[in-house]
Amino acid sequence: MSEKIWIVLQQRDGKINKMSWEAIRAGQALAAAVGGTAEAVLLGSGVQEAANELAQVSLNAVHVADDENLADYTPGRFVKTLEAAIGTAQPAFVLFPHTYQTVDYLPRLAQSLDAALVPEAVSFEVADGSVVWQRPILGGKMFATVRAKGSGPVLVSLQSGAYAADEVEAGTAAIESLSLDFAAMAPDREILGVEEAAGGEVDLSQAKVIVAVGRGIGDSDKMPTMQALADALGAELGASRPVIDSDWLPRNRQIGSSGQTVTPKLYIAAGISGAIQHLVGMKGSQVIVAINKDAGAPIFNVADYGIVGDLHEVVPALTAAIKEATTG
Amino acid sequence: MKIAVCIKQVPDAEARLRLSGDGKWIDEEDLSFVINESDGYALEEALQIAERTSGEVVVFSLGPERVREALRKALALGAARGVHLKDPAFLGGDSLSTGRALAAAIASEGFDLVLTGSQSDDVGFGSTGSVIAGELGWPHAWLVMGVDLDEEGRKVKVTREMEGGMNELSNLDLPAVLEIQAGLNKPRYASLKGIMQAKKKEISEPGPGDLGLAVERLGESGAKIEVLSVAFPEAGKGAQIIEGDAETAARSLVEKLQKEARVL
Repeated sequence: MSEKIWIVLQQRDGKINKMSWEAIRAGQALAAAVGGTAEAVLLGSGVQEAANELAQVSLNAVHVADDENLADYTPGRFVKTLEAAIGTAQPAFVLFPHTYQTVDYLPRLAQSLDAALVPEAVSFEVADGSVVWQRPILGGKMFATVRAKGSGPVLVSLQSGAYAADEVEAGTAAIESLSLDFAAMAPDREILGVEEAAGGEVDLSQAKVIVAVGRGIGDSDKMPTMQALADALGAELGASRPVIDSDWLPRNRQIGSSGQTVTPKLYIAAGISGAIQHLVGMKGSQVIVAINKDAGAPIFNVADYGIVGDLHEVVPALTAAIKEATTG
Repeated sequence: MKIAVCIKQVPDAEARLRLSGDGKWIDEEDLSFVINESDGYALEEALQIAERTSGEVVVFSLGPERVREALRKALALGAARGVHLKDPAFLGGDSLSTGRALAAAIASEGFDLVLTGSQSDDVGFGSTGSVIAGELGWPHAWLVMGVDLDEEGRKVKVTREMEGGMNELSNLDLPAVLEIQAGLNKPRYASLKGIMQAKKKEISEPGPGDLGLAVERLGESGAKIEVLSVAFPEAGKGAQIIEGDAETAARSLVEKLQKEARVL
């Protein structure tokens, strides 16, 4: 089979994001596996420099829609543009980075094309002549293997880190202009602007040691115990999403896909189960310690050291042991 | 304002999971189920809007018989009525066929707004609400962290979460579908009075024929993807587990962090 594989990239201010480079790598790997060709698609306004960068990648073509009506992302225009382009070119697979922007419009694209949708894939295999995809389910505790059925393109979004951006194959690609009547497409949404979500800025990315707390701490009155451990280590406190949602810590201390990405030399995760949205924000840490009462928690898969137990007993003991070791 | 809320019943996050016999899902016997977390926030937001606007909340759910319990809970919290899509033809679908059925049920009566959670905690497609919007031809927003309705009820100002701690602000024309992110509000608890009243509230169970839907487009047969298998991640490359009581394990960990990992 000679199948056409498209990779739809995401850019901001003309810069292609890392997950899009990862998606390009996935597209190149898929093209090699099925004997197809990979082509990229870039939507935006003033994206010529990004397009030139893509011209030096091993791709069959780069389709660029560069138009002021695409300056702001809107689901209406992105869906209509891609619906028309995919309808004409008939790619077998269309890959996307699994970003919040992609998840916002991709289901509508699938719905309007009546196309198979595989969100949040982490890998693929070719089995019996068809491509199967693995994706996390149940908060990352398990993985499902799925396959598209019926006709039409298969739309797949790829989870962060599934493929390596630095393994993108260099080469050359021809730039092709994708020209449609963008102004005639209803944007579906009037963009008012973008603002910072967190109050003050706390830069956890520079922290050398982080103590991160999760839902497992149970209640906000346990926070001083966690602070004591952080103090003993000279660490910053961070948290997974449920703790932030419960207002036990301010939003500017959230670690994960909707918070900060951190790479400290030591990361202690207390009462964090390890949902994939959290893992993408901390798995680059040098040494990861997990404390959790559930031995099956996915956090133990990425941790270097684990203690299975009640964190209300383990954390005070750990604080004491650290004080003893560092002062003694 | 008349608001439809779509909820999903999912396994309790604390539940111990086992593979089902066919290896395609988990064994649901003896499993406890809850209302999906972000759907709970969507329901709370809808109840607050209905209270402010003297409106009404109708709660929809697609799933087997057990889902009735989740609908009852939503009624106890304050929803006026429930709609349960339980016909076997509706079940086993992907977000496309599931969204199609829910959209048809919603379209069979008029609504100003549809709220649902942004993502289910079991299969996690994060797509069903957007598919509903596509079927209805309404605007939508995913990962909503703020809902601000204008006084005439014609527009809604939406705060939508983006990556890296940024939010997008936008206006949507009503009717619209909003997919709510967990943390938007403080979900209420059911009162005893609410639980008593819920017993008298109606839960209708329309079938595919009532909604004018062909069964080939629904559930498993209408899905565009099929699940071949599910599995636990491979063990082996995981953490070095440190044994012993809290004090022993803590001392042993500190020693390893100092001497083996050299990070202390």
